[in-house]
Amino acid sequence: MKPRQKRFVLIGLGLVALAVAAVLVLNAFQSNLVFFFTPTQVANGEVPQGRSFRIGGMVEQGSLTREGDGLTVHFIVTDMAKRVPVSFKGILPDLFKEGKGAVAQGQLGADGTFIASEVLAKHDENYMPPEVAEALAKAKAKGAQSSSTLVVQPQ
Amino acid sequence: MMGFARINWFKYSSPQAFYPLAGRLIPWCAAAAMLLIGAGLYLGFFVAPTDFQQGQSYRIIFVHVPAAWMSMFLYVVMAIWAGLGLGLNARPSFMMAQAIAPTGALFTFLALVTGAMWGKPTWGAWWVWDARLTSELILLFLYGGVMLLRTSIDDSRRADRASAVFALVGVVNVPIIYFSVRWWNTLHQGASVSMTAAPKMAATMLMAMLVMTLGFWMYSLAVTLARMRCVILERERQASWDTPPSQQDALEVS
Repeated sequence: MKPRQKRFVLIGLGLVALAVAAVLVLNAFQSNLVFFFTPTQVANGEVPQGRSFRIGGMVEQGSLTREGDGLTVHFIVTDMAKRVPVSFKGILPDLFKEGKGAVAQGQLGADGTFIASEVLAKHDENYMPPEVAEALAKAKAKGAQSSSTLVVQPQ
Repeated sequence: MMGFARINWFKYSSPQAFYPLAGRLIPWCAAAAMLLIGAGLYLGFFVAPTDFQQGQSYRIIFVHVPAAWMSMFLYVVMAIWAGLGLGLNARPSFMMAQAIAPTGALFTFLALVTGAMWGKPTWGAWWVWDARLTSELILLFLYGGVMLLRTSIDDSRRADRASAVFALVGVVNVPIIYFSVRWWNTLHQGASVSMTAAPKMAATMLMAMLVMTLGFWMYSLAVTLARMRCVILERERQASWDTPPSQQDALEVS
């Protein structure tokens, strides 16, 4: 083998070793790399106990209620399998809507309600003009609109 | 065009032959970049419809997405040149890697900044530590590392090798950025445009984004070639073919 080919083989082997190492490391840290937990994981007790974490999913249609002070809101986050009630005192982002994705940070209360200290809206990957959206909404007026990014397969 | 196929491309692997070729290509690439970016911005800001949820704020994707694509693409190109340099022991390849790095870093920075500007009105946060955002930030640090490593070593041969190895090690991060939204649940949304699925956006929006991407390509080419000429002049200053830039230009014209 020429020295040049030898060098390329070495570089190739180095890259393969690196890729394997990266896969192992990422697998080991799998649970720390998720940005949020799903309601199913909450129901299965796979969430960290006694410390703050994030929960993500779709805001259930018709679940958003406001208390008299105008600031405290209650809603239900669902992944279509399990539901977690969330309460939050503060200003919601503009794009926070029922039927859309949201991620909340906070702690699980004793009664199973998630007390959020921060709520973020999760945007999906669909971009379209309002007219198209209207037409789509009309077309499937009956079925609840689902966002494909939010149905997270349990690992 | 007949002669096109018969050009001996390897001729241009010598800095001496590459230098005037780059000089001839730069104006064309720069003009194409200006035209395409101008057209892309016009399409994106005036022609494309508003988004049904985000209203006008979504228009930042016409800069953000192409910049993010370029940041990853340029890293891979830089790593390939670095690998070729190590394998073939070829100085011009290292120079190419050196010339690409700052442009890649610029696009990474642009993607991060425009992303933050979009994140605030859309998500309600400038920055979150999710896998996509964090890995893109690491990409910026990798570009910085490659450039710093080179400048911190005086001997240019050792600087070439060290930064090339660093660039190759960092290339693992690129698939992590790309697939982060699929492998882990992130706040960042999944890909609207991918090789495998139909685009999830209106045709005009997609069009504007692709034109912008082409424009960024041309910009990258123009800037990289210009930087390559500087790198060649700087590193080949002992070589006999080299003359001061002013005279070099005069020679090219004749």
